[in-house]
Amino acid sequence: MEEEMHTDAKIRAETGTGSSSRGPGCSLRHFACEQNLLSRPDGSASFLQGDTSVLAGVYGPAEVKVSKEIFNKATLEVILRPKIGLPGVAEKSRERLIRNTCEAVVLGTLHPRTSITVVLQVVSDAGSLLACCLNAACMALVDAGVPMRALFCGVTCALDSDGTLVLDPTSKQEKEARAVLTFALDNVERKLLMSSTKGLFSDAELQQCLAAAQAASQHVFRFYRESLQRRYSKS
Amino acid sequence: MADKPMIIGTSGSHLEPITDAALWNLEKQELEGVWQIRVDLHLLNHDGNIIDAASIAAIVALCHFRRPDVSVQGDEVTLNMSGQIKQVIINIKEVIWYTPEERDPVPLSIHHMPICVSFAFFQQGTYLLVDPNEREERVMDGLLVIAMNKHREICTIQSSGGIMLLKDQVLRCSKIAGVKVAEITELIQKALENDRKVRKEGGKFGFAESIANQRITAFKMEKASIDTSDVEEKAEEIIAEAEPPSEVVSKPVLWTPGTAQIGEGVENSWGDLEDSEKEDDDEGGSDEAIILDSIKMDTGIEVSDIGSQDAPIILSDSEEEEMIILEPDKNPKKIRTQTTSVKQEKAPNKKPVKRRKKKRAAN
Repeated sequence: MEEEMHTDAKIRAETGTGSSSRGPGCSLRHFACEQNLLSRPDGSASFLQGDTSVLAGVYGPAEVKVSKEIFNKATLEVILRPKIGLPGVAEKSRERLIRNTCEAVVLGTLHPRTSITVVLQVVSDAGSLLACCLNAACMALVDAGVPMRALFCGVTCALDSDGTLVLDPTSKQEKEARAVLTFALDNVERKLLMSSTKGLFSDAELQQCLAAAQAASQHVFRFYRESLQRRYSKS
Repeated sequence: MADKPMIIGTSGSHLEPITDAALWNLEKQELEGVWQIRVDLHLLNHDGNIIDAASIAAIVALCHFRRPDVSVQGDEVTLNMSGQIKQVIINIKEVIWYTPEERDPVPLSIHHMPICVSFAFFQQGTYLLVDPNEREERVMDGLLVIAMNKHREICTIQSSGGIMLLKDQVLRCSKIAGVKVAEITELIQKALENDRKVRKEGGKFGFAESIANQRITAFKMEKASIDTSDVEEKAEEIIAEAEPPSEVVSKPVLWTPGTAQIGEGVENSWGDLEDSEKEDDDEGGSDEAIILDSIKMDTGIEVSDIGSQDAPIILSDSEEEEMIILEPDKNPKKIRTQTTSVKQEKAPNKKPVKRRKKKRAAN
């Protein structure tokens, strides 16, 4: 598969100094985002993090089935389709995480008794998939013009066996890590919206990963801002 | 993404004969083994003519795919067994699977590339549209799909919608399809060649590179390094300021092997609800009576006061004859009787159940 060949091409600057076990040289992979690429959905975005790529489409606010309608706010639905095979339980659990994050930021009360559907398609998975899904969902919601109280981003951290923190890990790094933590942060106060963790870690490490994720989210939000500025600027 | 995600087999069934035609022509390794190949087609945007798009995508994916290289060594083992069976010869074949590092993956042998071309008909065959878009598909009378390869061999013809076509209409469509297929096949070859070249030279390839550079809606950012040198101090500060987590002590009680209980649960507070609501509403008394076991009630009105609560009891003139309510014997709540004498029997109940006969409007 392409992923193995790509990890050589994109070399990560991991310069761990001897003293601290947290490499001060953590880095995020190459990012790219394209908006409004699909004609049918109200908003769409394709988000790339290194080799991980997710395509998101947002439909809404649209009509909702009476059984699912909520009288005072919009019903948010997230559908995640894997690259291979039919969606299973893992996809369902990720859908729920993404939905909870979106519900925290989307101003659903402005569109009662409607539905907002986010459809995510995994195009390629080379690590940090959940973070990439969150980023794609946010850009697609912005493209669709859904009112939100804040933007959000996803950041993944991996802790390997000697405690070194790696941001935006590749799938090889995720496999070898002892713990993988994904955080969703909002851009107003960089508060935590959602966290999903797998593996063994201490509470000090958790706080360190969270702090690192907050630092990383600065860059992601800067990327959002610049990409939207480019799109909406008059020059 | 299509708003109704499609699953092959349900609404994608009209794609099956097309993909069958394409896959039928792939070589299978004889004698040594048979490969199973799976093609997953994801519909990203349905703006009409998905059959054509799907067929192109599928055939290009199959051409692009590389399968692991495999070699087979055969061995003959002879077993001598006593009794009726004298000799058994077993062929043991060992299949050696090479990793991509050991041997380059091999492409599939594809004999030819069938590509579908769709035609939409309007007004009983008077008007013909090639490659209809979604709006045109919605109003068309019928659809004709021709799968052809660049050697002008027809692989599949499929007509849906119930239109009746003349022979020369079909022939005309096949000529148009021939032209289209030649163009598309050339495009495909160019793209595959490009990809092969880039891979050989070590450049960037894959989906990442397909995001257009020049579009205003696309934006790229190179690798960004993050300074995480202060995370340790930040983390220590947070932990130092935070309160220590409260001690949680759980005392499980083991009833029988396999059944344990932690905690006691919360007491039933339906009675409280009734109390608070009853103050507002005098008439149409509540229906809640507390009976610990099934108790027969005769008509009549009675007031009784049970238990620890001091609030008075409301009379109700409902004429229901029988009412069965179970209450936890620990905290017997008040009885609002409906009728009758209430016999209270204290019986130990593990599970309190309350059933209301007459619901209040407030409830």
